[in-house]
Amino acid sequence: MEPAAVVTLIAVVLVILALVVYLVAVILELRKITAALDAVIASVGGIVTKSKPVNGVVEAINKDLSAGTDLLEGLLDKKAGEDDAAGLVESVFPGAGASVLERQGRSGEVKNIDEVYTRGAVQLARLGRESPLGAGAISGAALRDPTYASAAARSLYRNPSGPITEEPGGPRHRPRSPTIGVDAPEAADDGQASDDSTASGR
Amino acid sequence: MTIWWIGNAVLLLVIAPVVVILLRGVLSAARAVTSTVEALQPVAEAGSKDLDAVELLNTTQEQVSQTVAVVANYGGSLDTILEDA
Repeated sequence: MEPAAVVTLIAVVLVILALVVYLVAVILELRKITAALDAVIASVGGIVTKSKPVNGVVEAINKDLSAGTDLLEGLLDKKAGEDDAAGLVESVFPGAGASVLERQGRSGEVKNIDEVYTRGAVQLARLGRESPLGAGAISGAALRDPTYASAAARSLYRNPSGPITEEPGGPRHRPRSPTIGVDAPEAADDGQASDDSTASGR
Repeated sequence: MTIWWIGNAVLLLVIAPVVVILLRGVLSAARAVTSTVEALQPVAEAGSKDLDAVELLNTTQEQVSQTVAVVANYGGSLDTILEDA
């Protein structure tokens, strides 16, 4: 065999050896990658499964909270008036009054109630707890008449004039803490209410 | 014969080194991917574990619904008790 042929054979063998060594190493690395990716995919699958209901649940929660917010803001608008409602919300949650105005379809500055009265006092006054502050309005007339403000509340009782019956055998008043909520009775119930009022001594 | 020797020289001095360099580059890239994927595994497991509390959102939703219902009841009562502006 000629020397040139021997050298050629050696060179080819060296190249093939290099190919084999490196390609085997690459194959081993790729197997490691596959195994690691299998483990990662299992965890990622867990993430996908666990986070799947999040959108629906969060949307439902937001829907419920939005309904509650609308209800309370509507009540506040009705009871305190649109002008003062935004101011009251602003006094409790600084910065939120503008949002109330937006939802009311209005713009402008929020009435600054918080500078005049403390938060708790102004809420009690505006919500008609018969506080003297109710007579001292921030500007303009008082929202509630401090003398007759309890008329609506007292109308819930069978005998709003007082704990004593006006005539013998007459209707007896209900206890001073009426049931409120969806189960609140529309009219006074003589039997149970009388017993309670007698027990309370009023 | 001279051409054969030249071919041998090219094979040993050019082609073989180029093949080795290219294969070494592929191997180093594969090793880098391996280390990255192995580092990703504990992160994905931790992320999956962090989401275990998502199931509690169902309880939160129920609680929110009940709370809003109670608030609505109180609102209805306040609407009756309090005078309008």
